[in-house]
Amino acid sequence: MTLGILGPEVSWYLAVSAFLFATGALGVLLRRSPLIVLLSLEIMLNGANLALIAFARHQGNGAGQIFALAVMAVAASEVVVGLGLIVAISRRNLDLDVDKLRTLRG
Amino acid sequence: MVLAFDAGNTLVWIVWVVAAFACLGSGLAVVSFTNPFFSALALIGNLGALAVLYLLLSAEFVAAAQVLVYAGAVMVMFLFVIAYLGGRADAPWAGGPSWQQVGAIGAAGAILVEIVVAIGLKAGGRLSHQHEIHGSFGSPRMIGRLFLTDHLLAFEITSVVLLIAAIGGVILGSHSRKLAGEKTV
Repeated sequence: MTLGILGPEVSWYLAVSAFLFATGALGVLLRRSPLIVLLSLEIMLNGANLALIAFARHQGNGAGQIFALAVMAVAASEVVVGLGLIVAISRRNLDLDVDKLRTLRG
Repeated sequence: MVLAFDAGNTLVWIVWVVAAFACLGSGLAVVSFTNPFFSALALIGNLGALAVLYLLLSAEFVAAAQVLVYAGAVMVMFLFVIAYLGGRADAPWAGGPSWQQVGAIGAAGAILVEIVVAIGLKAGGRLSHQHEIHGSFGSPRMIGRLFLTDHLLAFEITSVVLLIAAIGGVILGSHSRKLAGEKTV
């Protein structure tokens, strides 16, 4: 059984993914709380994931979905390390502000 | 038959429009909420809407993994940490010189324009006709077969990355506990 595509074409999904990526980039550049910077990074990764899956559907090839799953695993790892860093920073009573955290000496 | 196809097409369009606007709106909400707790809740909505879009692109397994891994595990971790730190409000427009904020908006707009131009130049004419796919496209069977044959190296590297991240999380946690103990002594 072969299937055509119902609904919008791949370019519509790519437009959504570009907007998501730009929204996440705006959050990363604009916000100063490291928690919200991490949340915005997740939006950027998900925008990239949506583009990968849209292209996988367009090409009829599953490799894009495999790549998206690998990105998901990397995102989970990044969240673990990022949240560990944020908790370590707050335990040293430093301000949670990416503009003030300039040196690696703490 | 044609009528059924049209009805299905309209239904998919309606679902797509709702999911896409929910996705974009919750993404903007994540960036603009002052309270990190509400931002995290908006991100859960964003991930759910994205899972609907994945389903429309016949990526069933990725959609299920998205809901389980992201909206389940990762966001619970986020909410735990935000609750642990206490919801410190951080207005998106407060503090910092205004040229930084204008620069941030300009840079984000530039990234958007760059993506659109790059995709339009590279693939603009070829996006309209799509390959036909089989009914099993995106099923767990296909994903599992690809992971264990063509992409075995990526599968193994992913497991190593997760292991290293787990070790890193433990090290970060134990290190800061030692520091806190030194401070109290």
